[in-house]
Amino acid sequence: MTISETTNDPRLHASGMQVSQTDVAIDVIGMHKWYADFHVLRDINLKVMRGERIVIAGPSGSGKSTLIRCINRLEEHQEGQIIVNGTELTADLKRIDEVRRDVGMVFQHFNLFPHLTILQNLTLAPIWVRGIPKAEAEATAMHYLERVKIPEQANKFPGQLSGGQQQRVAIARSLCMKPSIMLFDEPTSALDPEMVKEVLEVMISLAEEGMTMICVTHEMGFARQVANRVIFMDQGQVIEQNDPQNFFSNPQHERTKLFLSQILH
Amino acid sequence: MAMDFGYVRKDFVPAKAAPGRTGGPILWAQKNLFSTPANTLITVIGLLFLAWAVPPIYNFLLGHAVMPGGTVEECRLEGAGACWAYIHARFNFFIYGFYPIEEYWRPNIVFVLLAALIIPLLTPSAPFKRINALLFFIVFPIVSFYLLNGGVFGLRYVPTEQWGGLMVTLIISLVGIICSFPIGVLLALGRQSKLPIIKTLCVMFIELWRAVPLISVLFMASIMLPLFMPAGTSVDKLLRALVGVTLFTSAYLAEVVRGGLQALPRGQYEAAASLGLGYWKRMYFVVLPQALKHVIPGIVNSFIALFKDTSLVSIVGIFDLLNTVQAASSDIDWASPTQAVTGYVFAAFVFWIFCFAMSRYSLWMERRLDTGHKR
Repeated sequence: MTISETTNDPRLHASGMQVSQTDVAIDVIGMHKWYADFHVLRDINLKVMRGERIVIAGPSGSGKSTLIRCINRLEEHQEGQIIVNGTELTADLKRIDEVRRDVGMVFQHFNLFPHLTILQNLTLAPIWVRGIPKAEAEATAMHYLERVKIPEQANKFPGQLSGGQQQRVAIARSLCMKPSIMLFDEPTSALDPEMVKEVLEVMISLAEEGMTMICVTHEMGFARQVANRVIFMDQGQVIEQNDPQNFFSNPQHERTKLFLSQILH
Repeated sequence: MAMDFGYVRKDFVPAKAAPGRTGGPILWAQKNLFSTPANTLITVIGLLFLAWAVPPIYNFLLGHAVMPGGTVEECRLEGAGACWAYIHARFNFFIYGFYPIEEYWRPNIVFVLLAALIIPLLTPSAPFKRINALLFFIVFPIVSFYLLNGGVFGLRYVPTEQWGGLMVTLIISLVGIICSFPIGVLLALGRQSKLPIIKTLCVMFIELWRAVPLISVLFMASIMLPLFMPAGTSVDKLLRALVGVTLFTSAYLAEVVRGGLQALPRGQYEAAASLGLGYWKRMYFVVLPQALKHVIPGIVNSFIALFKDTSLVSIVGIFDLLNTVQAASSDIDWASPTQAVTGYVFAAFVFWIFCFAMSRYSLWMERRLDTGHKR
């Protein structure tokens, strides 16, 4: 998808897209992270309001994935604060699990559980984390499988599905936990070109419902269409941040200009 | 000259049946046995070897063998093969050891219970798995112990010194397999732990047991342990061997399982964590089912090794199958040139049946559990 193909979708101005002015979903304050001696994230400050849709872009190795993996503590930060839904992430395992329950994550390589059927993938956490009865969890799972348009695959194993289908299942799996925030870590990067659209469509419909989302992605068309804010990162730092209109048409930083000129051709 | 490579397919090619196999056995032999001069040579050498080796083996085992019902005199004849009559005569000794003859019904009940519980447990389609597992892992060991040991409900007390034969071999291997597996899994998880004390303890335990030969473990357990115990207390010899074998195997299993844990992509751990599953649920539902499946061959390998290593308990005076065979081979009533050999062939055959069964079962299980995610 190139930038010229996308227009401002009128659907996005529906009532579901309201961004809260007061309710903070994620607050990252002066956060630093090191891998041993390597300083991967430097002084990250990011406040995400409830209902906001944020796209993080940047060259590979810029720390985008690491940043969102810090938000559900798949990675540990060493300095500063990360507050998710009012809970600060510390070494306290119980609080980490509380936050994770409420923050869905979609990975580049789907990471479905290959030994479980699609339905079992979707009901595992609702049953064993939320304590929902099996029948109810399965009903919810079928509901979300219908939303991602593959209810007929419920009893197959992940290995029998295409990449696009697997990624949609992965999104449904996160939604079954009824999260208030969704994190997407390059969800379309490992897909065949023909399958990117079906995944993006699901993500767009989620945005329409007012889900708070942070997406690390190279899909600039998606960013234009859905994001309220685009964040550009390089060398572990936030270099530029703007609404998509200005970000794409009027980038300020030299590095941003260079990046955009490389990927928008 | 016009460049004529433009092409648009107009009709869809329907799928066609694959070409069937052609030719009979002769063609097959030509293709697989005699395709080149070298292959022909290898085939001929192989056939010659079989012609040389098979007849004497056949003659020993069956052709010239003295079948059950035969006499010791026949076994002593020149050129006599295996003395199966001897195995037949001493069969009970090989199965029960010195267990009192009039009490044989007790181990027999245990054997029947074992078969009745383990066969449905290992058959995936059999119903009532939960009750079955409960009976097998909890009720069966207790019932078996009191039945074999006696001393309660008016049953005569039979000390473990009198237990023997295949019965003891099966007891040691079953207890070893069932107890070492969970310990091994826990050790493997502990070795991957982020908590330094747990990790260090697990590493030390594993490395200690792996670095010591099983024989010395058994010697330690049977000779040195009593020296450290307060005077007057004694731990049963069989129990000491059981503990030794179990801990020894668990250390090996831990390393096998660790291999499976490491082979699992990080994404699986992360996906489970990101859904809010706590550590034990992550391990139980996501990590272990996959990791263990990957290492089934290694696990079964350890179990087979354990089964065969049970014969080492003979050196601390426990009469397992091999030790009873060995003891019986000096039985003068059946003294004949092939007496000892027949006994060992018999023991080897019994070991082989159990190990081969384990191996086939694991292969079958592996194929059954394959959900086609290897791509």
